[in-house]
Amino acid sequence: MENNTILETIGLSKYFYDPVKFQVLKEIDLKINHGEFISVVGKSGCGKSTLLYLLSTMDTDYEGKILIDNQLVTGKTDKELAIIRNEKIGFVFQFHYLLAEYSALKNVMLPGMKLGKYSNEELEHRAMEHLKTLDMGDQALKMTNQLSGGQKQRVAIARALINDPVLIMGDEPTGNLDKKNSDLVFDIFNKLTQEENQTLLVVTHDNDFAERTNRIITMEDGKIIS
Amino acid sequence: MNTKLILNIALHLLRARLKQTIVAAVGVTFSIAMFIALVGFMNGLNGLLDGLMMNRTPHVLLYNEIKPSENQPIFLSKEFKDKTNFLGSIKPKNIGLSIYNSKTIIAVLKKDSRVIDVAPKVTLPVFFNTGTIEISGIINGIDVLSEDKLFKISDNIIEGKVADLLQNNSIIIGKGLSDKMLLTIGDIIKITTAKGNLASLKIVGISEIGIAEIDNTMSYTSLNTAQKMLGEPTNYITDIQVNLYDIESALTVSKEFKDKFVVDAIDFKTANSQFETGSSVRSIISYAVGFVLLTVAGFGIYNILNMMIYEKMDSIAILKATGFSGNDVKWIFISLSVIIGLAGGTLGLVFGYIFSSIIDLIPFKTASLPTVTTYPIDYNPIYYVIGIVFALFTTIIAGLFPALKASKVDPVSIIRGK
Repeated sequence: MENNTILETIGLSKYFYDPVKFQVLKEIDLKINHGEFISVVGKSGCGKSTLLYLLSTMDTDYEGKILIDNQLVTGKTDKELAIIRNEKIGFVFQFHYLLAEYSALKNVMLPGMKLGKYSNEELEHRAMEHLKTLDMGDQALKMTNQLSGGQKQRVAIARALINDPVLIMGDEPTGNLDKKNSDLVFDIFNKLTQEENQTLLVVTHDNDFAERTNRIITMEDGKIIS
Repeated sequence: MNTKLILNIALHLLRARLKQTIVAAVGVTFSIAMFIALVGFMNGLNGLLDGLMMNRTPHVLLYNEIKPSENQPIFLSKEFKDKTNFLGSIKPKNIGLSIYNSKTIIAVLKKDSRVIDVAPKVTLPVFFNTGTIEISGIINGIDVLSEDKLFKISDNIIEGKVADLLQNNSIIIGKGLSDKMLLTIGDIIKITTAKGNLASLKIVGISEIGIAEIDNTMSYTSLNTAQKMLGEPTNYITDIQVNLYDIESALTVSKEFKDKFVVDAIDFKTANSQFETGSSVRSIISYAVGFVLLTVAGFGIYNILNMMIYEKMDSIAILKATGFSGNDVKWIFISLSVIIGLAGGTLGLVFGYIFSSIIDLIPFKTASLPTVTTYPIDYNPIYYVIGIVFALFTTIIAGLFPALKASKVDPVSIIRGK
């Protein structure tokens, strides 16, 4: 059972200091296994996004411990954390955050180029495959400002997948999308957990979306209540 | 670190802001070009003026100075040895202007490996006679070949040839003198020495240095002729001029010769201290102007990179989220400024060279140097090296602060802020 854990937190607490000291997360203990599709729900301000960013290793100002892939990430340097993010975590945000200077294809390839595991040709091929499964094959060479909102989000998902991360995190990935695109994104995520055994952790306000995932974490006042 | 990828990202960021990038690079180009042109011109001018001085001044000059004897009789007395002695009405000692044992000194100096060549000289004050008028002047009796080798006097000869001085009883006179006395080449000039000896010399050349005082009084003849006019033997030499391979050692060498040959010795720097000052001041001015120009360009780069960071906050955030460390982001922005500096600086060197070439073509005539027809430019490669190093240094410094700022961007606050 131990070996099946991808993400674990032990006594995770987080404070905001501005304007007054305020505890956002209260001693959170959480275990997530490989291949789970989890949605995190809760009211605004309950700390669910904060939790996600702590787990993403981008926010390092917390108390407690975080283990990713049975490896303690707490206290690692900026550089080591960047490597972990590059290799093991894929991100999809509410906003696409594509680089306007690059084509869709290049945007997808960028994290892979940073990892340097594959040659450029191979990487281009893999990026193309990902775009094709997302039905974006014919848009690959367009610059990002020529794409629609839904298309951009799909490029962003392809970018999150390029390094075959064990963990994919989403912060309202469907928040800016209509019902049709939203369903599409859900299907893609669902397929990933079932076929690739990748783990998905998605913060969402969309109850329909949450209902269909296989585990729902509900948060209130900085605590996990179910 | 993935250098290629970082450079690739930097280039894409630059291409997206092509206009601003060009403006920043042009700032660097302009300042480096001005720096190169200015330094080249200033140093060309310095070289010209130094040349003027060096063509007349030997690196080390050996001569006898008229001065009182350093060992007065009282110092030999044992009785007054420990006392303070006051001496009055001391007169300089007549040791003669002739350097004692000059032939041996010259022979020794010619064998010295530090010495380029030795040019012995006899100076004698004379009167040039024309009709009833007497004009006072100086004749330099020179060793024609070595004098020309060391001081390039042929550069200042506007009529005739220096080699003609090798004929007996020939003289080259200054232009001022020839104008006053209405003499040209082939004429005979009558001369009275200070001791009353008379001589008639044939004019074989006219020289012009461009300084009226010198052109009115100075003339050249051969060493033999000068010695004959004075009625002195061939070992009568008043000055021994020495040029050295290592010009900076002149001061120490002059001290060494002074002790070794028991004569007075002076190096060129002591003899012409004002020239040195002028040269260094001009150099300082040109470097200061170059530095100011580059500083201004540096601020331009700083501004543009800073703006770029604010514009590209999202990109920085996502780069960090997808696995680029703060260090990587820092290097992206440093490469941005290095690219601007390198491109701008290299173009600056090219334009600097072009500007220098243009200045080099502007006519510039000076009486003192008949061989110079255009403004002098120093094309020393070291200025180009300084220029590019300077450009890179300023741009890296200007890029460093924005780069550090970019590396500290907190991706969470950007992404959550949306």
